Amino acid sequence: MGAEFVQLSLTPMLIGVLAAIACALPGNFLILRRQALIGDAIAHVVLPGIVVAFLITGTVAALPMLLGAAGAALVAVVLIEAIRRLGRIEPGAAMGVVFTTLFAGGVLILERTDTSTVHLDVEHALMGNLESLVWFAADGWGSLIDPAALAALPEELPRMAAVCLLVAALTALFWRWLKIATFDEGFAEALGLPVRAIGLGLVIVAAIAAVAAFDAVGSIIVIAMFICPPAAARLMTSRLGAQIAWSVGFAVLSAVLGYVLAGYGPLWLGQSNALSAAGMIATVSGALLGLAALFGPHRRREGAVAGA
Amino acid sequence: MLDGLGEALLLRAGYNAALVGIGAALLGFAAGAAGTFLFLRKRALVSDALAHATLPGVGVAFILLVAAGGDGRSLTGLMLGAAVSAALGLWVVEWLARRTRLTEDAAIGAVLSAFFGFGVVLLTHIQTLQAGRQAGLESFLLGATAGMLRQDAIVIAAGGALAVLATWLLRRPMTLVAFDPGYAASSGLDVRRIDLAMMALVMAITVIGLKIVGLILIVALLIIPPVTARFWTDRSGAVIWIAGGLGAVAGYLGATISASAPALPTGPIIVLVAAALFALSLIFAPARGVAAALLRHRRFQARVHRRQGLLAIGHGETILEPFTLRLLTAEGLVRPDGVATEAGRAQAARIARDERRWAVAREIHQDAALSGRYDGLTPIDAVFTADEIAEFDRRIGPPVALGGA
Amino acid sequence: MPEIALAARDGHRVPPADADSAARAALSIRGLTVSYGEKPAVFSVDADFPAAAMSAIVGPNGAGKSTMLKAVLGMVPRLSGTVSVFGAPIEGMRRRLAYVPQRASVDWDFPATVRDVVLMGLYPQLGLIGRIGGAHSARAEACLARVGMADFGHRQIGQLSGGQQQRVFLARALAQEAELYLLDEPFAGVDAATERAIIEVLKDLRAAGKSVIAVHHDLATVRSYFDHVFLINVRPVAQGPVATAFTSETLHATYGGRLAATHLDELALAAI
Repeated sequence: MGAEFVQLSLTPMLIGVLAAIACALPGNFLILRRQALIGDAIAHVVLPGIVVAFLITGTVAALPMLLGAAGAALVAVVLIEAIRRLGRIEPGAAMGVVFTTLFAGGVLILERTDTSTVHLDVEHALMGNLESLVWFAADGWGSLIDPAALAALPEELPRMAAVCLLVAALTALFWRWLKIATFDEGFAEALGLPVRAIGLGLVIVAAIAAVAAFDAVGSIIVIAMFICPPAAARLMTSRLGAQIAWSVGFAVLSAVLGYVLAGYGPLWLGQSNALSAAGMIATVSGALLGLAALFGPHRRREGAVAGA
Repeated sequence: MLDGLGEALLLRAGYNAALVGIGAALLGFAAGAAGTFLFLRKRALVSDALAHATLPGVGVAFILLVAAGGDGRSLTGLMLGAAVSAALGLWVVEWLARRTRLTEDAAIGAVLSAFFGFGVVLLTHIQTLQAGRQAGLESFLLGATAGMLRQDAIVIAAGGALAVLATWLLRRPMTLVAFDPGYAASSGLDVRRIDLAMMALVMAITVIGLKIVGLILIVALLIIPPVTARFWTDRSGAVIWIAGGLGAVAGYLGATISASAPALPTGPIIVLVAAALFALSLIFAPARGVAAALLRHRRFQARVHRRQGLLAIGHGETILEPFTLRLLTAEGLVRPDGVATEAGRAQAARIARDERRWAVAREIHQDAALSGRYDGLTPIDAVFTADEIAEFDRRIGPPVALGGA
Repeated sequence: MPEIALAARDGHRVPPADADSAARAALSIRGLTVSYGEKPAVFSVDADFPAAAMSAIVGPNGAGKSTMLKAVLGMVPRLSGTVSVFGAPIEGMRRRLAYVPQRASVDWDFPATVRDVVLMGLYPQLGLIGRIGGAHSARAEACLARVGMADFGHRQIGQLSGGQQQRVFLARALAQEAELYLLDEPFAGVDAATERAIIEVLKDLRAAGKSVIAVHHDLATVRSYFDHVFLINVRPVAQGPVATAFTSETLHATYGGRLAATHLDELALAAI
């Protein structure tokens, strides 16, 4: 665990950890608002958002991608809401219509567009490519204080770090609004809080987290980051603050353990080829949720069934 | 390309392509019809978890097939594996939603992503296997019909036919349970078993659709046609058959268009055809479409404001809301300075008379069903017969001059 | 003395709406119509609720009582109508009103303690990131004590009984220190002790000059609890002081055949 670890594993692992945290934070609120599947929908529409942004700008620069994905998420949410209301269609079905359609559109455009010059293809979009985010310039732990090597960090790392920081800062800043609009929307509305804007803001933040993480882990596994750590955390505690802390812990554990198992697991079993790190991270997060569901101290609903 | 499309649409693009087109149409029909039950049970997205959960099953089946000495390309074997892991995924969703405080949506998302993640892990493992040809398992993600083997096409067409048959056989109990589970239970049906049969049917459709539509988008074929059909009818039986028809059209058109040119992945094309039908219905459907609804809402709002304005005139009150005022002015019922015209006063008098009739009616008929229709908008002659109204008028007595005159 | 008016008898609209009564009222509604789809849920409501009094909104199930309250607060879109609070448009007056939603409108499995919920009443004052100081905590404790739940601050909200949940919601509203309290079915499904505790708190509020308006469904207690009543069945039926507006006649007009006539007479007699 020396130079090779720093060069090949440190950055992907860090990116995985940051991506997991950035998604888990809004995921907590999505789950409490019974909008877990909005996370699902967002993760799916990131692809068309990015593809359209690429078609318009011709580059895969970070900002247009972020805007494209956030825009797609917004379009998706508006469409879902419109279909739900205008057609009087149940939200789950409205969501199903919208995200499959947008995703199909994204895949089709991607297949029909020449993206050979850039790193954008369907498989990558679905499964991500965490392993490729290596730090070539590094030659050991010393590189962490070597300005030249630091300058050559894969650009995904600072981007993911910035997004993670942004998500954390927004969660902290709007903590009270999120809490009250999630628990009791009617009361929040009576206070004059902009509950719709809060809901939409949450979706946009989730979309930003998703697009940053998408690069590393792909669109479907992002869903695992949104849902599994917060869901597991929900089974560990009945305090919101503690739940957020647990979810961050589970996110970090999933990312680190998943990355290590994918990279080194096969070696331990005598095989030479690594497995998909993103897939393994999702698998580990699911396994952690399974353990929490079996043994978590707060796995049952509190008291009598509420609202019954 | 257009020639290719024409040929494909007319089933002249070869025996395989024709089989696939027919198979996709049958599959689409079964998916649309079975999806209707899912939609009405509000469980549309459970099928998404189920579909994504097939991936590890496909992977494990491939590994086992290779270990057993085959080349891992047996579609039936892979489909069997997919069915087993989909069933496991479904069981986990139900267990999480029932036994923990997590809600069903969270359970669906968790199963969908974790199973898919594990499937991806298995795929990366399979890519390193020496034995077996690279079976193109990736094609199970988004569907691909190009270069399909004859026996696979037969399996899909036969599977589609079986799914349609099963849907037809199960239609009565499933309709009952979907529309009114309470009544179904009271008439002796085992709702739980029928739900299970419904999920089994959905699972079978998912598995058959893997190769054509792919596991990420198969859910669209289960959701979009029923939602589309809902725009065209309120009759339960009709929804099922319309959804089936729409699914068949989407499946057939999608599969043949995709076969007509390279780089047109089958799954997305099928979904987009279905989505186009949906968008058309959403906007233009006569009763429930958006255009009709917008028009209706504008008219309704105008009706409310008009009525409230005339009531106010009847009571000699001033009309405060600008919209009401504009509306009545435009109809010549009120002068621009807010004073009612002769016509406006006549209309107001008629409404005031109906109000008095309602008052009498509600004293005579003290039952909820009738007085519940006293909502300000329902005209009295829509509720009572002419002779009943004449009786109200008799009780009211001769007309009186309106206040303010 | 506000006069009562009865719509059923002569087809007249309910209150004589003049600017004066609107200015004196704690809550004043003009021309409010709300509809779900094509069916009006509330039609053409004019109403004035007096200040420093306890008012009840009464009517059968599905008569639009809660919808009316929600439309006042802007939670469901109004098809028409204006709402003012103490003579000013409601939008600028939100800090002066407190709302107690129906208990069943939230998921009590939410990860929070009783104290967390009560503190939500202080959020408008605290702003986004203001620190919760000793004074705020003390106020939350005091509000809990007023509803008899001083020792429950650290209890998980999912562990509360229905009555306790209702008390927590009331404590949260008290923490807002508002002028006007709007309550949606505060007595629905609560135990007798809780009902007594809640009514005591509401009476204290009135004594302190606050205004209280509650959606209420128990006809038997209207007279003993409230000063003013507003009867509605999609359309306003009658309003005024309980003594004059809450009669067997107005109840007939509101409920139609839904209540046995004898029952109505009993209620009206018992009230006299």
